[in-house]
Amino acid sequence: MTIKMSYSDAINDAIRLAMRKDENVILIGEDVAGGAEVDHLQDQGAWGGVFGVTKGIVEEFGRGRVIDTPIAEAGYMGAAVSAAATGLRPISELMFNDFIGSCLDEVMNQAAKFHYMFGGKAKVPLTIRTIDGAGFNAAAQHSQSLYALFTHIPGLKVVVPSNPSDMKGLLLNAVFDDDPVIVFEDKTLYGMKGEVEEGFYTIPFGKAEIKRAGSDLTIVGIGKQVLTALKAADQLAKKGFETEVIDPRTLSPLDEETIINSVKKTGRLIIVDEAYPRCSAATDIAAIVGDKAFDYLDAPIKRVTAPHSPVPFSPPLEKLYMPSPEKIINAFSLMVGDKVFTTA
Amino acid sequence: MQAEKKASAKDMTALKASWIYQKMQEIRQFENAVHEIFEKGEIPGFVHLYAGEEAVAVGVCAHLTDKDSITSTHRGHGHCIAKGCDIDGMMAEIFGRSTGLCKGKGGSMHIADVSKGMLGANGIVGAGLPLAIGAGLTAKVKKTDDVAVCFFGDGASNHGTFHEAVNMAAIWKLPVLFVCENNGFGEASTFDYAAATDRISEYAKAYKIVGETVDGRDLPSVYEAAGNAVARARRGEGPTILECLTYRDYGHFEGDTQTYKDKDVQDRALNEDDAILRFQNYAKSNRLLGEDEIKTIDALVKAEIDHAIKFAEESPFPDASQVTTDVYVSY
Repeated sequence: MTIKMSYSDAINDAIRLAMRKDENVILIGEDVAGGAEVDHLQDQGAWGGVFGVTKGIVEEFGRGRVIDTPIAEAGYMGAAVSAAATGLRPISELMFNDFIGSCLDEVMNQAAKFHYMFGGKAKVPLTIRTIDGAGFNAAAQHSQSLYALFTHIPGLKVVVPSNPSDMKGLLLNAVFDDDPVIVFEDKTLYGMKGEVEEGFYTIPFGKAEIKRAGSDLTIVGIGKQVLTALKAADQLAKKGFETEVIDPRTLSPLDEETIINSVKKTGRLIIVDEAYPRCSAATDIAAIVGDKAFDYLDAPIKRVTAPHSPVPFSPPLEKLYMPSPEKIINAFSLMVGDKVFTTA
Repeated sequence: MQAEKKASAKDMTALKASWIYQKMQEIRQFENAVHEIFEKGEIPGFVHLYAGEEAVAVGVCAHLTDKDSITSTHRGHGHCIAKGCDIDGMMAEIFGRSTGLCKGKGGSMHIADVSKGMLGANGIVGAGLPLAIGAGLTAKVKKTDDVAVCFFGDGASNHGTFHEAVNMAAIWKLPVLFVCENNGFGEASTFDYAAATDRISEYAKAYKIVGETVDGRDLPSVYEAAGNAVARARRGEGPTILECLTYRDYGHFEGDTQTYKDKDVQDRALNEDDAILRFQNYAKSNRLLGEDEIKTIDALVKAEIDHAIKFAEESPFPDASQVTTDVYVSY
């Protein structure tokens, strides 16, 4: 049975289910409860995370398993890595993915490499939850989408859920996976409502979802850009073009097969990604398709991404910065060489 | 509450002294052997030797079991041996062979054996500090009496992770012992230059935990201080900073010309201040070990190290398939 639930509530639900299922699951991070040792709060939380996503969890599980940390990302992320290596299944929250500069070593050199460096004899069942995404007027240090940085590192798994149902199943899969996983929560999706299956379920990594079938164009959307892609597909349908929209759901592992099979059918590929354009998920997918399905392409692969620029603060600038259905349609019109569709 | 009995080096049994002496000799002879083989060009990569600092690793690990965890540094061979890692497997690892503790995929800077509570030598200065408090956090969440020990150098005490980890261990009263091996040098820069403090144990005052500085070339001093700190941690009384003043007999890495060292200090370290010589004298004068036992252990260890070298040299390199295995548990 499904119930209507927000992206934020789906995360909260998944964490509670994981913590009920296994007492080794802990939640750790800055103000994941909030208000620790405030006399009038006692075992009540204050915030439940900066966006209230984990609100109420400390009341159910106590401060022994819901651990507020000092603002010291290297310290608590490193602690989470070896807590995982010594028997716990920590869910460690990096408040904004932009803060990775303060704890990249712990993720890149420790969590990602223990299993390999130690000859397969250690495992790090760590889940990092982190907030990404532009469109919130949060400016250059709180709006980035840095999943490509982690996709680059062998040993890490990278999850980019685009809707509440996927978020719950993918997050539960992350917690019970034996490798370190980083799950990106787009801050602009927290209020998004969707039908979510009740109770415990997991969605496996490396399985893309075809959100809409089509024969004229394939669009791969990353994270919330799946929604932009679907809007563009609606508009293209009105002009007689059928678009296949693919949500890869995880960037590492990546479901190359579903993307390549789609391109073999449509002959055209646009990748929509709000991250920076260089060395990105978009360039990665373009390279893979160029390598493995070149003979099936009827037009050059197009990438609709942010420009090579930090995220601007001012709302009109940020709007210009982001991918949009119009930008996707423009890219398509260039591919088919038909100026009728040029809207810019 | 009944006052806990303080650990004293005087309580050391002959059996313990024998174990301690053997471990110290294993480290020394292992490192001397690696030094010679590296010079001949038979060991690939970077190697950082622990010789001279044996009293620290052994004096601390004498109080630990396999359930207790340690984190280590780039200079980790001594910690591995003191924590009970297999010497054949260690030597094979340093040679890059398939029979190594990490199948030859880690090398000198990443030797680990989680089954022995050895969470890895580490190529990143300061990385072990947060890792140690994670092991302490596991003990606290699982309500065991296990402790975690972080071995780190004076160089790492200037790193942010030191302060983040000590602060967190203090506020959460984690069962962690921070053991600083202050050998006077961070790479080629002196401790006096690089650190604003005179004593790393002084930081303990600010974090409101116990801090102590001992002569790290004197096994009984380390043994006694570590015994008390480990006991406090097991009783739930929180972390300790134990600063052990020691000296690095070799350079920062093999091949280091060591022009920054003072010749007199180096001579003293290799002679009257030698950690092994000092423990021999202590053990003999306290009737813990006789001259014959010492000779027997020396010979036993030489045979162990010779065996390890032969084992490593005769072991095959890893199979080509090993390049991409063990990246993930599942993918």
